Amino acid sequence: MTLLLFNVFNGLIIGAFYALMALGLSLILNLSGVINFAHGGFLAIGGYLAYTLIPYLGFWGALVASPFLVACIGIAVERVLIRPLYGRDPLYSLLLTFGLAFMIEDGTRFIWGAQSLPYLIPNWLAAPLSSEYFFLTGYRVFMIVLVAIAVLGLFLILNYTRLGLRIRAGTLDLETVSVLGVNVRVLRNLNFGLGIYLAGLAGVLAVGMLGLEPNVGDNLIMPSFIAIIVGGLGSLPGTLIGGLLIGVASGVTSVYFPSASEAVMYVMMAAVLIVRPRGLFGEEGRF
Amino acid sequence: MPKFDKRAGNVLVWVLLLSAPYWMPAVGSYVELGSHVVVFALAAMALNFLLGYTGVLSFGHAAYFGLGAYGTALTIKYLVPSTPVGMLVGILLGTAAAAVIGPLIVRLRGVYFAMCTIAFGQVFYYIGFQWFSLTGGDDGVSAWHRMPLDLGFTSIDILNNPKAFYYFVLFVFAICVGLMAFLLRSPFGRTLIAIRENERRARFLGIPVDRHIWMSWVISCFFVSVAGTLFALMNNFVDPRALRWDQSGTFVIMAVLGGMRSFWGPLIGSAIYLVLQDYISSHTENWMSFIGLFFVLIVLFFPRGVLGLVRRKVVT
Repeated sequence: MTLLLFNVFNGLIIGAFYALMALGLSLILNLSGVINFAHGGFLAIGGYLAYTLIPYLGFWGALVASPFLVACIGIAVERVLIRPLYGRDPLYSLLLTFGLAFMIEDGTRFIWGAQSLPYLIPNWLAAPLSSEYFFLTGYRVFMIVLVAIAVLGLFLILNYTRLGLRIRAGTLDLETVSVLGVNVRVLRNLNFGLGIYLAGLAGVLAVGMLGLEPNVGDNLIMPSFIAIIVGGLGSLPGTLIGGLLIGVASGVTSVYFPSASEAVMYVMMAAVLIVRPRGLFGEEGRF
Repeated sequence: MPKFDKRAGNVLVWVLLLSAPYWMPAVGSYVELGSHVVVFALAAMALNFLLGYTGVLSFGHAAYFGLGAYGTALTIKYLVPSTPVGMLVGILLGTAAAAVIGPLIVRLRGVYFAMCTIAFGQVFYYIGFQWFSLTGGDDGVSAWHRMPLDLGFTSIDILNNPKAFYYFVLFVFAICVGLMAFLLRSPFGRTLIAIRENERRARFLGIPVDRHIWMSWVISCFFVSVAGTLFALMNNFVDPRALRWDQSGTFVIMAVLGGMRSFWGPLIGSAIYLVLQDYISSHTENWMSFIGLFFVLIVLFFPRGVLGLVRRKVVT
């Protein structure tokens, strides 16, 4: 029983990573129609920046500063590289972000080295909270809480700010939003930054959870795609639920068939595509 | 006039390909690179059958490429030490997988289609990576090699003679390319182009669009798995990297670089890409950055590819 609970909890944590990644990807995909292959790369940058900043700013300072810096990089990248591609075949933005992912991975390896870096988290967060449930370390609970806050913040922004309202409207009909006098370029730019911010945040959390390697994002990006497909394109709540769902499913599977813990995600994806091609919460006829 | 140009182009391509082992060393290259280019050209042309002629973006072709490679390697290593049998198994494996996955994704379009092909492609990567007892996991399938071709009256040593192997690869390439050209000229191929140009109109004309996309997908994956078998034979080795999504990206960039809307474009893309990669990786450790930069530059400044550019020059 404890083992099962342990794996459900583990699945929830990894699912939270998937969900953070997938929410960022989904934001960008919904508004701009760009599949951001470099998302895992931005996650890695977030982690490495935090690693570099922790000696100066402390853990909390890095937690605030690093995702923000990554978002700034993301905004610059969108402005220079991705903006020219809107309105062209989605093939081109895919290829561009694909190349970008290569450059970021190699760049981080060049700057910070290829060997994985140790965890850097405050001692009091690393200790288990209870002796019976040894897996409930402070850091893990803290992570879940932080992800919950981030997700809540995102939904507040989307529902109660002007920017969020415009993003949601633009997702439905960008042309009309543009005609109503909203600067769509700025909107896409900020939206991209918001998505990358989430990737950067996931990166900082990865410092204490997954360890840092230049290709840390590689193992997260495929499940994030699956989370989006399972949850349904165009639906952010769907993406969130999709991410948690596949995380928990792979956690539970690893109790019984450890080697199938990845396969189960794909089985779920296939099942969703057969029964409901638009995903669990996707809109009809969007794609 | 344009017809003549096309024929002259075809003749030029075949003359260059057939004489490659004789002029390649003269320009400071080697025959193995020629085989490499032809194998990847076949993969990129197979992808282009779907991408350029049906207008459907797949980013998961590496899976079927890799399945072809694994099928061949495992057959030769464990079952029958024969090159043609190994190839046959590899091709069947890749095509069968594509035929099964196809119905799940043909209803989807655009980015959604691309995303699902990527995700399904990774299934085979994980299988190749984790089924250690069969595939050797990350270490790949080694300790086997391609077998000389036994034709009954004579045997061709494609194992030790790089030139013979090049011509063997070229022979397979020629058959596949001929088949593709034949298919594209047939009413079926014209239908695919019609779907690319205007799917809704094609549907109104009574064309079963989903079924045609499925067929195009399976045909494309069939040819890419042929390329995969040749890839395994070329290296006498296969590992999960042949199945990974970055491999799919390589095929796509080759097709784009050469020109998606032209038949020979992917061949040119493959040649440029591989020669460049060969050059860069022998000069710097950070070749990944350069390849990435190359992707970015092509997309921003060169989206029509070499042949697209040439064609536009001719028209204007």
